[in-house]
Amino acid sequence: MGILNKIFGAQASVQQLPAGTVTVDRQGEIITSTVSSTFPVPLVQAIAKDMLELFREARAGQMPLAEVSLHFSSLRITARELRGGAIVFMFPQTASSQSSTPAHS
Amino acid sequence: MDAQHKILVLDDDVDWLALCRDQFAGLSSHPEILTANNAKRALALLESEQIRLLISDLRMPRIDGLQVLAIVRRRFPAVRTVVLSGLEDEEYRSRAYALGVDLFWLKTEMQRNSKLFDECIESLLGHSDQEGDTGFRGIQSKSLLDIIQMECLTRTSTVLRITRGPLVAKLWIQDGELLDAECEGASGEAAFHRLLGWKTGAFENLPAEPNRRRTIQKPVNALLLESAQTLDETAHPSTEPDSVEANLHRKTMWKLAQLTREGAEFVVAVPLSVGRPEALGAQNVDALAQWTLRAVEIARRLSERFEAGPLSHVASQGPERQTVLLLRGDRAFLVGWPAESAENILEKSRKLVALWES
Repeated sequence: MGILNKIFGAQASVQQLPAGTVTVDRQGEIITSTVSSTFPVPLVQAIAKDMLELFREARAGQMPLAEVSLHFSSLRITARELRGGAIVFMFPQTASSQSSTPAHS
Repeated sequence: MDAQHKILVLDDDVDWLALCRDQFAGLSSHPEILTANNAKRALALLESEQIRLLISDLRMPRIDGLQVLAIVRRRFPAVRTVVLSGLEDEEYRSRAYALGVDLFWLKTEMQRNSKLFDECIESLLGHSDQEGDTGFRGIQSKSLLDIIQMECLTRTSTVLRITRGPLVAKLWIQDGELLDAECEGASGEAAFHRLLGWKTGAFENLPAEPNRRRTIQKPVNALLLESAQTLDETAHPSTEPDSVEANLHRKTMWKLAQLTREGAEFVVAVPLSVGRPEALGAQNVDALAQWTLRAVEIARRLSERFEAGPLSHVASQGPERQTVLLLRGDRAFLVGWPAESAENILEKSRKLVALWES
């Protein structure tokens, strides 16, 4: 494992998009993660903290939320609140993936 | 006797091809139906056969439908083209029409409204550049006013379907007379005047509906004159305080009516730089505006950090309501919906935001 990293170095030249699921506690600390180990943990944590902040701000604005999804052209991030913490799903979007309602191709 | 026309259907889904075969076999002109499940095969058939009409899907592996249509437009300009797709995004419709496609239909619409779809196909089969009929495709840089005048002067019978982003309007024309109009929730003359305010969009001709109830009695030229006058007044508004206030009130009432008609709870429009948020139907406007700005800021930061591309929208769900956040120009719009609304709130939100800005 990691032999190519040893030969060519660990830095990828193209930005990798996060894919997988993480659960975080209310402080944003990662409890479980299925995101590739090559993806920097601090970046995953940063995403989770941003999503927790959206839940917090919504609560403060008397608009409690159970789920938030950010839809970018090449990435979708969905977070569901989990007893103060959250479960965060990250889906890279390809040309053929559906970002909303699935329909016929 | 007329020669048998050939229709080529291109789609990577073989079950869909079989369904199309059955559907088009019922056409009254009894065309020959050829099918292809990839672009290469379709282009080979276009080379070897006298195809009158190509019906193509958009999303396909390797070469997608838009690429095929661009090739067909260049190499086989006489072939009529129809897009039959499941992609509901209006951007694809605009891109297809920009390529000179004759007709764009959604697969779901075709199944729901197969009779009208068949009529459109028959109509396209019936018009051929090769048989002496004349006409140009790909009209650009012509205002809606020009197009309507042209249809009426030539005493055409048709239904003009005009789209601008998520907004759809229709004009019913019979023998050059305007029968009815529908636009932004209005109908009749009001809809016609509203429609003429549109500066851009795409249009398509649908088969005429002679039985449409007539709601517009005025001659089209009188209506065009009135519209031109209204547009002129809008471009150079009166500075009388009463008139400004009345206009604002009318605008607010109209926005509220749109909100109610779509079933949304509220819309909050938040300037991204400076300025007060504008809202309808919302109580805690400042809190909602603050959350909107925070969400936009976080989305922008994530987008830059991961090179994830521009933000399409932010959707959220709570126990009491759902929201959709959209960016348009220099404002962010937060549209609130009841928690139980299930039907396509993203498209409805886009429509509301477009109406709000119009």
